[in-house]
Amino acid sequence: MSKYYVTIGLEMHCEGSTTNSKVFSKSRVKYSEVANENISAVDMGFPGILPVVNKEAVKQAVKMATVLHTRIPEYMYFERKNYYYPDLPKGYQITQNPPEECVGNGGYIDIEREDGTTFRVEIDNFHLEEDAAQLTHLYDTSIINYNRAGVPLFELVTKPCLHSAEDAVSFLEYVRSIYKYLDISEADSKKGQIRCDVNVSISDSENSLGTKVETKNVNSFSAVRDCINYEIKRQSKLKDEGRYDEVVQQTRRWDEESGTTMPMRGKVDAEDYKYFVDPNIPRFKLDSEWVKEIQSTIPELPYERKAKYINEFGLSEYDATVLIKEKGISDYFEECLKLDIDAKQAANWVSVNIVGYLNKYEETIDDFYLTPVMLSDIINNVSNGTISSKQAKEIFFKALEEKKEPKNYISKDNAQLSDRGELEKIIDEILANNETQIQEYKNGKTNLFDYFVGQVMKNTRGKANPVITKEILREKLD
Amino acid sequence: MKYMNLGIEELHEKLKNKEVTSKELIEESLKLSHEVEDKCNAFVTILDDAKEVEVSDNLLSGIPFGVKDNYSTKGVLSTGSSNTLKDYVPFFDATAYSHLKDAGAIMVNKTAMDEFGMGGTGTTCHTGTVKNPWDNTRLCAGSSAGSAAAVAAGVYPYALGSDTGDSIRKPAAYCGIVGYKPTYGLISRYGLFAFASSLDHCGVLTRSVKDAAIVVDTMKGKDENDMTTWDSSKMHLKEALTGDIKDKKLCYIKELCDIENYENPSDELKKHLENFKEKIELIRKNGVTVEEVSVDRKLLNTIASVYVIISCAEATSNMSNLTGIIFGPRGEGNTWEEQIKDHRTKGFSTLIKRRFVIGSYVLQKENQERYFKNAGRVRRLLVDTWKELYKTYDAVILPVGTGTAKHIDGTLDVLSDSQNLGALEEHLQVGNFGGFPSITIPDGFIDGLPVALNITGNNYDDENVLNIAYAIESMMDYKNQIAKEVK
Repeated sequence: MSKYYVTIGLEMHCEGSTTNSKVFSKSRVKYSEVANENISAVDMGFPGILPVVNKEAVKQAVKMATVLHTRIPEYMYFERKNYYYPDLPKGYQITQNPPEECVGNGGYIDIEREDGTTFRVEIDNFHLEEDAAQLTHLYDTSIINYNRAGVPLFELVTKPCLHSAEDAVSFLEYVRSIYKYLDISEADSKKGQIRCDVNVSISDSENSLGTKVETKNVNSFSAVRDCINYEIKRQSKLKDEGRYDEVVQQTRRWDEESGTTMPMRGKVDAEDYKYFVDPNIPRFKLDSEWVKEIQSTIPELPYERKAKYINEFGLSEYDATVLIKEKGISDYFEECLKLDIDAKQAANWVSVNIVGYLNKYEETIDDFYLTPVMLSDIINNVSNGTISSKQAKEIFFKALEEKKEPKNYISKDNAQLSDRGELEKIIDEILANNETQIQEYKNGKTNLFDYFVGQVMKNTRGKANPVITKEILREKLD
Repeated sequence: MKYMNLGIEELHEKLKNKEVTSKELIEESLKLSHEVEDKCNAFVTILDDAKEVEVSDNLLSGIPFGVKDNYSTKGVLSTGSSNTLKDYVPFFDATAYSHLKDAGAIMVNKTAMDEFGMGGTGTTCHTGTVKNPWDNTRLCAGSSAGSAAAVAAGVYPYALGSDTGDSIRKPAAYCGIVGYKPTYGLISRYGLFAFASSLDHCGVLTRSVKDAAIVVDTMKGKDENDMTTWDSSKMHLKEALTGDIKDKKLCYIKELCDIENYENPSDELKKHLENFKEKIELIRKNGVTVEEVSVDRKLLNTIASVYVIISCAEATSNMSNLTGIIFGPRGEGNTWEEQIKDHRTKGFSTLIKRRFVIGSYVLQKENQERYFKNAGRVRRLLVDTWKELYKTYDAVILPVGTGTAKHIDGTLDVLSDSQNLGALEEHLQVGNFGGFPSITIPDGFIDGLPVALNITGNNYDDENVLNIAYAIESMMDYKNQIAKEVK
């Protein structure tokens, strides 16, 4: 921990991945391994092209702005940010500016820490823009992939109101889950869909502000954590050594390999983007009725679900937190409840077995073979005593492995033996053959109880219902 | 027999009656294209392999026409008359052009223009200066110079143009033909190489008002690729040409039309304004009310600067796609910056570079308020002034320019003039500021060279504006005129 007061501001870019087409063109929005597959004249900035605003992307922006409690303007328009770069075909990016004219202005979002305390993150602005193409720098050449050019990009800019790397990451993680809950984006940083710019400064107290240092293009949350901590350390060291004047307002980049930040080439602050209104997109009204209609489609959000899980379903804070993290998992859990599975039981299955399985095989819940109906089939057969919970687990994994419905493994053959009369007959036979052991048991060697249970299991090839078996054994032995 | 001197309806009738075939029309038009190219340097591309189509009931089917070289035409070289696109062959059609193609119209050439429309002389085409068919020592004005020259020379009945300041309506005047720029958004700009998007219009150059109506009826329509277009399906320009304008009211602006406003006026200016006054009398005699109105001279004097600031600013941004990276000749250099710089340094003419410098300057953070934002405010004032006139009058009628076509020798395209004639030269730009429907028709001759008047009306009132122009055209004798070489 630094002895200085740390102030952090974040710019979080999230690429939309759920609209049918790009934000200003008809090209598909689809993650593709093939370069330059989803492109059109518009994305490439060919002479004569014009932008057409994607209404769906605007709807998504309005939803997100609502969740961020921002002011939503009466009219929306776009500006051009003018600069030359090989990833920017038109020579300008269509974006929103200034902050007060963005789809979201001001606002806040409350974040829960793992220890249950909460903090508020103030939002400067939230806006909709187009992404640039993707540049890959090779040894002596650079290649351009235009698939990404024109993909909807949502940018959230916080006020400098965060004070630790942990809080910054909690905030980012929660906002990412919101993007998923709102079905705006898969928000997968491995696909480059989440990118952050990190502003860090240190000062002697909360009443003063230090020099702001910006680090651009930090592409994972763990990197954000490391980058913030590195900057705090770097700036603190210079301040400790009386060299704080060497901390200058500049743009740096995060070097993943060395875990350090380095100054970027060129004076970015000196760049004048010459913003002006894009004349090709007429200012359009965000009709209040339309906005209300959009807002009415906002689903239950993670924290709302969490509270419900704890208060209504009696789940633990931990289970609830695991379940809400991914919308798909949470949805799965709620599907289970609709099938009348006991909440705690369902929570246990989902948070332990399913999440464990998904993590192990790096799968997502969307690709998960076992449907809630199939899971309920397994759980019901445990409840009615047909199978043991050990068998249930085996069947669960076997069904996943062979991609066959669990009912195929729940047959008479492996059905649990729960018939009291039949079990009594088997137990009587075993007891008759184990006179010595009975005597020893009765003399106080009580751990022999498990031996009798074992014998019953052996005799029934594991199918004896353990609960009933134990009951009968107790009756006969005690 | 020369057919290409005829209007669209006559040609259609002859095609229908099998008096002539589409193939013969194309052959004639191509032959004339080559002749006019030799004399006037009017074209970037002549499509010698243009194919005839089966003639349908569509008035335009089977008839040749020309397309300004800033329209994107699939598979056909489209340079915008710039070296930056000297070998560019687009893979998509401009919407307006594709409507004509669908109607069976046959493009026979791409016409030369001031580079990307950014000039008013026809001297900045990468293929050289376009000469006026009435007098080869004179300019056509621009930027739709090649289109104007070709239509005036009788290569075909119409050619497409684009108009950001007066680029259709000025050359039409100097070539003695009709130039019509409709309300902003009536014709899609998709596929038109952008110059200044808030001022750019597609339009047409013809030899009669009726032909202009016929062509724009086909070019227009809401386009899903252009958000600024609007539904005009109930607007029928040709049908609106009744010729009945008895109850119409027109006005002209005293500060522009009164010779008293000019110090040491040239003989040409005197003749031009006298001719205009005569035509106003003629219109009045035909039962139309024409009144003189007054507009603050100070406001009128801002037109040129407002235009320069807004058009240059938008142009700087619009043409930032010309880097030679995705299309156009790749520049030389070791870094992408050097390559872009080389491409743009070699590709653009001096005039364009000058405009980019102005555009960049007025958009800079520290200048934007003073120049770009203020220009926007004055633009609004000018538009409001015209809109105020439209509360009383159907249209504003004014002379075009200060006289006849200018001489090529010693002419440089200047961004403003020094003779206090700015407002008279530049007033057509108000039509672009407001997106007003505006049409230029010939109204006489000075020393054998054509001069013109312009009628500009309120937004969406294209039918009314064209009908007024149609009626006034029929009061005079300049309909369907073909350039007669005076020199």
